Amino acid sequence: MGVASSIMGSALASCSGPQNVLDPAGPPNRSINHLFWTMLVVAAIIWVAVVGAALWAALSRRRRTREDLEPIVDAPNEEQRRHVGIVTSLVGATVVTLLFFLVYDFTVGRALAERPSRSLTIELIGHQWWWEVRYIDPDPSKLLVDANELHIPAGEPVQVKLKSRDVIHSFWVPNIIGKRDLIPGYTSSLFLHADKPGVYRAQCAEFCGLEHAKMALPVIVHSRADFAAWLAEARSPAAEPNDSSAKEGKKVFLAGACSSCHALTGVEAYGTIGPDLTHIASRKTIAAGTLPNTRGNLGGWIVDPQSIKPGARMPSNQLAAKDLRNLIDYLETLK
Amino acid sequence: MSSRFDRWSVVTITTAVALLLTACERENRRFSENPPTAAPTASALVVSQLQPGPAVVEPKIEAPYDDNAWAVSEGKALFNAMNCSGCHFQGGGGIGPALMDEEWIYGSDPQQIFASIAEGRPNGMPAWKYKLGTQQIWELVSYVRSLSSLNPKGARGGRDDHMMVKPPEASTPQTKPKMASTPPGDD
Repeated sequence: MGVASSIMGSALASCSGPQNVLDPAGPPNRSINHLFWTMLVVAAIIWVAVVGAALWAALSRRRRTREDLEPIVDAPNEEQRRHVGIVTSLVGATVVTLLFFLVYDFTVGRALAERPSRSLTIELIGHQWWWEVRYIDPDPSKLLVDANELHIPAGEPVQVKLKSRDVIHSFWVPNIIGKRDLIPGYTSSLFLHADKPGVYRAQCAEFCGLEHAKMALPVIVHSRADFAAWLAEARSPAAEPNDSSAKEGKKVFLAGACSSCHALTGVEAYGTIGPDLTHIASRKTIAAGTLPNTRGNLGGWIVDPQSIKPGARMPSNQLAAKDLRNLIDYLETLK
Repeated sequence: MSSRFDRWSVVTITTAVALLLTACERENRRFSENPPTAAPTASALVVSQLQPGPAVVEPKIEAPYDDNAWAVSEGKALFNAMNCSGCHFQGGGGIGPALMDEEWIYGSDPQQIFASIAEGRPNGMPAWKYKLGTQQIWELVSYVRSLSSLNPKGARGGRDDHMMVKPPEASTPQTKPKMASTPPGDD
């Protein structure tokens, strides 16, 4: 009893969560879900019927009579004719069921393939092992380069163009849409359509090297008004530090190794090897969803990223304690 | 006859396995070392062999990555990423001196190359110690040494990822390092 209820409990728990195909957050995934549940229920009924019939046949075997051992005659008797009728109608039922699924599947596929004429376009570029996110605007000066967090508005389809800088990655937000690969030298595209604001989790779904497992992407669905506000905020340049320690930290950032790989909008740091850090303090996680963005984690990541994510492109940084403290103070002002 | 054959095959297999084991460290990825060796101090560096009084035995610092193929290849990636090739080209020299010949202006010992990269040198070599970590500089040191085949052959690169402009490091003949007779900028 206890075992059964715990299994039921975990089965129910797996029906919700930020990374779950069974908890759809948008129309496309909802229609896929309907298809899935319909197929599951119909297939389950058929399975039970087939297994039940097989068991019935196995258990209720008649005693053999002399008649059974006689050679089969060409003209079928009444019983054999009935058997032929049962088999024919079941084959017909199978064909009808499969046709129903085929048509249903095509309908869902067509709905998914619909393309809105105008939509927000976001470029998602895979790197080993983090995500570069570029919010495209017709006005080039409004291009926003961000990293490791994807923000989208709810209630409208958003086009995501998928590219890769190095190897094949795959973008998968189970709650919103199925997988699509990011292929070097090729731009693929999909539409994200979420209607439930919330925080979901995308994960690289194509083995891309050592830290493939630590290549996650929080997907944040805002209401439309919130998204516009977020976009305006995110386009602002890096905040100027006010207190003295943060000012010292900015010097450490610019003179030290940080600026070789990381960029800050509005500051003389133009590196493109690592994620853009203009609004690092507003992010919920660091190192592509690996750690919560806390002061301690940030310090540990700067000093020794290789023990957190071995093989990541970020090298260990042996900073003096004071420099490190100032640097973290500065990064924490970058809201 | 057959027992003799068995003995030989045992010897052969044992030798092969022993040889394979020696190669185990070659590709070993050493991600985190804090630091692999401390940066050399100024007292350990001897740039000129001229000195007053009797000869002093200087402490020698081994390059930590000379025999590690993975680290050497990382050094090679850094060599291009940090634009070393902008001045030194692919080792043949241009704006900066050649790195694949036998002439060394500031010495070919690991700690001397480390100092050249970290502290910079007169006539244009920038100091990289603020932009590169100790571990990365040591990776560059081993790659620079591999350009003139001063590290073990097994750790040197066999081919480039792109079109090759020179024979790979693994097939570069070993040079005998000598100090350049003229300081830079005197000709």
